[in-house]
Amino acid sequence: MRLSFKITALTAALSASVSGHAFAAESVEVLHWWTSGGEAAAVGVLKDDLQKKGVSWQDMPVAGGGGEAATTTLKARVAAGNPPTAAQLLGMAVNEWSEQGLLGDLTSVAQKEGWDKVVPDQIKQFAVHDGKWQAVPVNIHRPNWLWINAKVFKDNGLEPPKTWDEFNAVAEKLKAKGITPLAHGGQPWQDTTIFDDVVLGLGGPEFYKKAIIELDETALGSDTMVKVFDQMRKIRGYVDPNFSGRDWNLATGMVLKGDAAMQLMGDWAKGEIVKAGMKPGVDILCVTAPGTEGSFLFNTDFLAMFPVGADKVDAQTKLASSVMSPEFQQAFNLVKGSIPARSDVPGDKFDACAQKSMADLKTAEKAGTLMGSLAHGHAEPASIQRAIFDVVTQHINSDMSSKDAVSALISSIQAAK
Amino acid sequence: MPAIVLSPSLAVITVCVYGFIAYTALLSFTGSKMFANFTFVGWRQYGRLFENPRWITAIENMAIFGCLYIIGATCLGLFIAILIDQRIRFEGVFRAVFLYPMALSFVVTGVIWQWLLNPGLGLEHMMRELGWDSFSFQWLIEPDRAIYTIVIAGVWQVTGFVMALLLAGLRGVDTEILRAARIDGAPIHKVYTRIIIPALRPAFLTVFVIEAHLAIKSYDLVVALTKGGPGVSTELPSTFMYSMTFTRNELAVGAASATVMLVTLASIIIPYLYSELRNEPAT
Repeated sequence: MRLSFKITALTAALSASVSGHAFAAESVEVLHWWTSGGEAAAVGVLKDDLQKKGVSWQDMPVAGGGGEAATTTLKARVAAGNPPTAAQLLGMAVNEWSEQGLLGDLTSVAQKEGWDKVVPDQIKQFAVHDGKWQAVPVNIHRPNWLWINAKVFKDNGLEPPKTWDEFNAVAEKLKAKGITPLAHGGQPWQDTTIFDDVVLGLGGPEFYKKAIIELDETALGSDTMVKVFDQMRKIRGYVDPNFSGRDWNLATGMVLKGDAAMQLMGDWAKGEIVKAGMKPGVDILCVTAPGTEGSFLFNTDFLAMFPVGADKVDAQTKLASSVMSPEFQQAFNLVKGSIPARSDVPGDKFDACAQKSMADLKTAEKAGTLMGSLAHGHAEPASIQRAIFDVVTQHINSDMSSKDAVSALISSIQAAK
Repeated sequence: MPAIVLSPSLAVITVCVYGFIAYTALLSFTGSKMFANFTFVGWRQYGRLFENPRWITAIENMAIFGCLYIIGATCLGLFIAILIDQRIRFEGVFRAVFLYPMALSFVVTGVIWQWLLNPGLGLEHMMRELGWDSFSFQWLIEPDRAIYTIVIAGVWQVTGFVMALLLAGLRGVDTEILRAARIDGAPIHKVYTRIIIPALRPAFLTVFVIEAHLAIKSYDLVVALTKGGPGVSTELPSTFMYSMTFTRNELAVGAASATVMLVTLASIIIPYLYSELRNEPAT
């Protein structure tokens, strides 16, 4: 076994050195941060798919949720003039890379396979720049979910809250009974995930667009924004005292065990739910975050394509068309917990939460309320996004008044522009 | 011959240390965002830096952390060194015990103290399990106290090393002078304050230089212990520099903060080194 492996390796190495050109033509190198159990399995789906087409897969995983480490590695590779075939990037990051003129072009295969017709416009705007397809969307995550432990709610005779006022009432009742109402991890991106929900829930989709996506100063300085921070202060009172720096999956664990009743988190929480042997939509209810019914915040992973030599274009094209095939989109997202980025994939194999997600996506797309999530890098470039993180997280971790928070928000955004 | 042997390393250091310092300083005057570009904008990035409330927090934290860390570790290290210097039994064992934290990386130290100080897992939890229900120690999660938990972990880590350096210094003090002082009937605390501690001056210089640079570059400890939180309350210049450069695509602001850190450190250490070296007798 060992020996035969060595021989195979040796032959491979030899043939590579002899006919390096032909060997390299059929391999892709993909830099990504899908390293946790479920994510790695999802990557395996893509790997197998490409192997069937005769394209070998050179994995370049860089661990670290949110991809900070991966982006740093990617920058170093590109600065050294050695970019990978493709790299996982979030929406706004695709824009930033594209503005630097560093991405390749997939337009020919996109036209041939008709991607334009199946990808929602709001997601397309991150993948297409100046009429050129430069990245392929892999999935659609929805961050504005409220996860509820069904048993805790049933035992206490509570109904899932539909507005933030109802949420406060439910939380007060739970608190009076000694149950932690909300499981939360105090990390800036998690704080901002809640902030997104509150802005959208209290202000509505038009307000979210004006304040968060357009950074309109009258919207940012409005009374609604003051109310948003008032609500954030209330939410701060519904989490356990030990929330600082907790990872999101530990917070999900609290809901699963019934230590806490609810969590505001994206649908990647489903991975934890399934792993714990519970059923999303039955044991753990998924409802839209209070006040955000009818709107859909999204968070999409893209594989951005880098310019490659002529010998590698074929493999890159195969990778892109694999990612965009309905079969792959279904298989990948079944494992990943998200929903397909193509609107024509049947939903019958997905769980109840994903089916609701797919239906809500269609409604939101028609109503124009499909919007990028700020916390997850689809509303503002990194510098402004992080400036908002700073204010939100500082407000939640201090006794800053809502008025001060609003003015800090405006000045912080201006400083980052 | 020595010139030939030394020249490669000299070339490497010139390029890889001083060259990159110069490059960083140069970048801080450009408008670089995600990648370096060379459109010069003058002092604008420094202005943006000092307008950033997060940078102000980082500087304040640096002052608190730096002072307490250096003073705390030096005093504690000296105290332990004096105790060990009393010709105690099992001296080797004690030395090893105190020196051991230095063998751990800052990341490990950070994680250990994160567990110990976490109210739900560590000290507070243990005390309450033992029956002391009102015991409360929540510095790690209180925004205005969290920086002190970093001081605690940092001092714990470096004290043994300070002790070892000062112990070597103590053993080097001329026993003739001590004997003379004892014959003169000097009380023990005066022997320490008037003779021994002043004689340790070179050892203190070494200790100070090592502690000062550890304090300024401390990054891993903060990342492992608090990740800069709660909020941004334990941000230090090093974590600020990292997040600006690598997660916010503000390369030039990051470079400006790095330059400010270097200039600050140089302005403290160079005069000190200079005055110390000038007093040293020429050999």
